[in-house]
Amino acid sequence: MKLNLLASVSKSLLLARWKQTLVAAIGVTFSITMFITLLGFMAGLNSMLDNLILNRTPHIRMYNEIEPSANQPISQAKVYKNHYNFISSIKPKNERLEIHNNGAILNALKKDDRVVGVAPKIIAQVFYNVGAIDLTGVINGIDVDEENRLFKFSDYVTSGQYINLKNIPNSIILGKGAAEKMLANIGDVIQVTTIKGERVPLKVVGYFQSGIQELDKVQSYASIGTTQKLLGESTNYITDLQVRLKDINLAPSMAIEYRQLFDVEAEDIQTANSQFETGSSIRTLISYAVGITLLIVAGFGIYNILNMMIYEKMDSIAILKATGFSGSDVNKIFITIALSIGIFGGLLGLLFGFGLSALIDQVPFNTASLPTIKTYPIDYNPKFYIIGGIFSIVTTYLAGYFPSRKASKIDPVIIIRGK
Amino acid sequence: MEQKILEAKGICKSFHDPITIPVLKDINFSINRGDFVSITGKSGCGKSTLLYILSTMDTDYEGDLIIDGITMRGKKEGELAKVRNEKIGFVFQFHYLLNEFSVLRNVMLPGLKSGKYKDKEVEERAYQKLKILGIENEALKKPNQLSGGQKQRVAIARALINDPIIIMGDEPTGNLDKKNSEIVFDVFKELAEVYHQSLLIVTHDNEFAARTHRIIEMEDGRIV
Repeated sequence: MKLNLLASVSKSLLLARWKQTLVAAIGVTFSITMFITLLGFMAGLNSMLDNLILNRTPHIRMYNEIEPSANQPISQAKVYKNHYNFISSIKPKNERLEIHNNGAILNALKKDDRVVGVAPKIIAQVFYNVGAIDLTGVINGIDVDEENRLFKFSDYVTSGQYINLKNIPNSIILGKGAAEKMLANIGDVIQVTTIKGERVPLKVVGYFQSGIQELDKVQSYASIGTTQKLLGESTNYITDLQVRLKDINLAPSMAIEYRQLFDVEAEDIQTANSQFETGSSIRTLISYAVGITLLIVAGFGIYNILNMMIYEKMDSIAILKATGFSGSDVNKIFITIALSIGIFGGLLGLLFGFGLSALIDQVPFNTASLPTIKTYPIDYNPKFYIIGGIFSIVTTYLAGYFPSRKASKIDPVIIIRGK
Repeated sequence: MEQKILEAKGICKSFHDPITIPVLKDINFSINRGDFVSITGKSGCGKSTLLYILSTMDTDYEGDLIIDGITMRGKKEGELAKVRNEKIGFVFQFHYLLNEFSVLRNVMLPGLKSGKYKDKEVEERAYQKLKILGIENEALKKPNQLSGGQKQRVAIARALINDPIIIMGDEPTGNLDKKNSEIVFDVFKELAEVYHQSLLIVTHDNEFAARTHRIIEMEDGRIV
């Protein structure tokens, strides 16, 4: 009841100066609109750039590193135990690249609750034969279904059907760059030479475009079976296990765990791609800074308008106080005015922000390096809207706080006397 | 039995800026229910200052002020606002109506603030008060559509809305012409005599003062 009264007084004061009020509200609307658009656009761009690498990268990659043994025979000899041993020109012993006992590891990983899935992979060095010239290349032997489920393989196959890789024996999906060099069309058969010197014909069923050109000139994909055949290896030959986790932040600790448990090299995504995290967080920080600056400027606008209103309405405030409104009532009236500007302007800002984001989302954005992106990326994360909303209310409250306090301290005697 | 509704005990006040000047010196008097009192004196004798102290708006004084048996000393700002709202009605030289609200709403404001009655009842009471003052037909107009005399009557209606124990006026006829002054005075007189409303009016108009029941004359901050 009493709040009703204060609200109605606030409303009439607001409407008495509706043009100024509108300008103040537009200030808030504008800044919230820009805040939402900027953050949505920036976050969309960030996640697009990150996904370019992160989607394609396993959270933990397990493989066998060929390296010289850390425990050389001389350090095991008792005679030289108390000596410093300098050994030069150590060579690794002839070791196979395959992961030992990978079937058991695969099963153990699949049972782990923290793991979304595991995709086995074989990396095979090859030469693509183009007439008399050999181009170096890498064929990734993949489990087509798992690769697609975990790493969105189909997104990057720009022409042809990715599933043909599984269905057509001895097929290959060529990197776009490699295909252009070889002048290979879909349906053509190309010749590939393995490092052991065997020559194998493979049928091209599609093109692959990762967005990183250097990679596309070299990389191609074939099914695991085809690659095993290519290399002349048995069906349990696997060189890499790619693990995707439910929580990416667990990757570093789990990599250490797997390294000890399975006696293989395990590399986590954070170590492999540390630069991406840094870039994203700094871009986000900049967008927040710009958005918040806009809001603070709008806050000063509200502060000015309330101050003017208080000077103009000095008489009204005095009479309200003389007829029994306390200082805190007057304070509430002006805070209500500030907050209603904030809430009204803020809500409109959120709406316009959404609209502008949606508009940008429709703007075509084609780039050769990003085959999956057709328009500018926008992130509609509700977090931005919540932050924008809260921030508009907080700034307008602060902007209203000091003028309101001034109004509440007006001494009616001075005003009434002054006439 | 006469009931004291307002009592001033040894009220003193000085202005300190730029030098200390005593404006009120040891003011003692009381007002009973139904009294129609005027305070007169020359300009600058402190009569308005006294009124603002009596109205609780000015709290910077020495001495004691008792309204309706309760001392106003040491009360908080919010409590004083409540006293003003419920027990005192004001009429100033200037009407101080809010142009954003209708006449009716202006009259209702202090009533709504007190929260003693429901909105509907407050509206009804506001109509009654306007009727007493003969301006019920103007209820839905905006204050800036009324004449000076009408505005002042609205201000009186507003002062009456919470049935205050006393109405205080600071030169309520100071801004009005002869005819309107007459109307306002008649209203006051009617309130005092028919409704037994206590009134305390500050005026420098001796003719006005002479027609009230009691005159308190001031000179140099003292009652003479």
